[in-house]
Amino acid sequence: MAYSDKVLDHYENPRNVGTLDKNDPNVGTGMVGAPACGDVMKLMIKVNDAGIIEDAKFKTYGCGSAIASSSLVTEWLKGKTIDEAYAIKNSAIAEELALPPVKIHCSVLAEDAIKAAVADIKAKQAAKVAA
Amino acid sequence: MSSNLHLNYFELFGLSPKFNLELAKLESNFRKIQSESHPDRFVTASPTEKLQSMQLATLANEAYQTLKNPANRAKYLLALQGIEAIAETNTAMPLDFLMQQMEWREALEDATSAKDISALENLLREMQQEAKLLQTELGLLLDQDLLLNKNTDYTSATDATRKLIFIDKVYADINKAIEQLEATL
Repeated sequence: MAYSDKVLDHYENPRNVGTLDKNDPNVGTGMVGAPACGDVMKLMIKVNDAGIIEDAKFKTYGCGSAIASSSLVTEWLKGKTIDEAYAIKNSAIAEELALPPVKIHCSVLAEDAIKAAVADIKAKQAAKVAA
Repeated sequence: MSSNLHLNYFELFGLSPKFNLELAKLESNFRKIQSESHPDRFVTASPTEKLQSMQLATLANEAYQTLKNPANRAKYLLALQGIEAIAETNTAMPLDFLMQQMEWREALEDATSAKDISALENLLREMQQEAKLLQTELGLLLDQDLLLNKNTDYTSATDATRKLIFIDKVYADINKAIEQLEATL
């Protein structure tokens, strides 16, 4: 199967690979997996007090499309509010990367990783308020 | 012969639909269908018979590949119950399992870049161990329920199947890494 140029670019030069300090109260972690192919994805976001995402890092073990999807969303996330991040749809990721139908699940994985990371940071914030 | 084409994979080989399969029977009945549907036997047959024998050979091949592999067998057993174990839109796996996956993946990455074949082999054995545990669990979950014809939701069996698919993937990737390292030695 032929990958699009954008997928190849992100696959060969993935942006923002790595991790953030998971114990930082301003860091949210999203961890998801795709049983269809055995891919795993970890996305971490650092959110400032104004609710803006300052940094995003990912670690993905999977195919080129899964790596490209997560690399792309780390670029998109920076500067967005967590609510804007939560609203990112997999269809936008699939469209940007020109993913073929058999690889749509990679973009679903990336969307779910964002949602999981946002849920995690919201839970952390709620815990901070309660404390 | 054409009457076999509508059978499910277990029926095709005369097997009862169980996770703990009679593997010897699967092998021998697969070989039997393979030889019975071999193109050499249909050289002088009618086009319809040729087509049907070819369809049967294809079906038998698909069925054999599915039933031979434990994860695929579990997936198929669940599918017979109307359950799709690996819906693409379902990415929620237990968090501790995903963390463990990440750790294994990182260990694989580290051992590969350190060219440490014995570490990779240890990891491979760990995967075999994990797969065995899941297969034992699946045997209990799937076969007991089917045997007792219990009205069950198969949630645990579906979870275990999904985990086994992940383990198989890591296992295959470790094997690939070992082969590549050995090829450079």
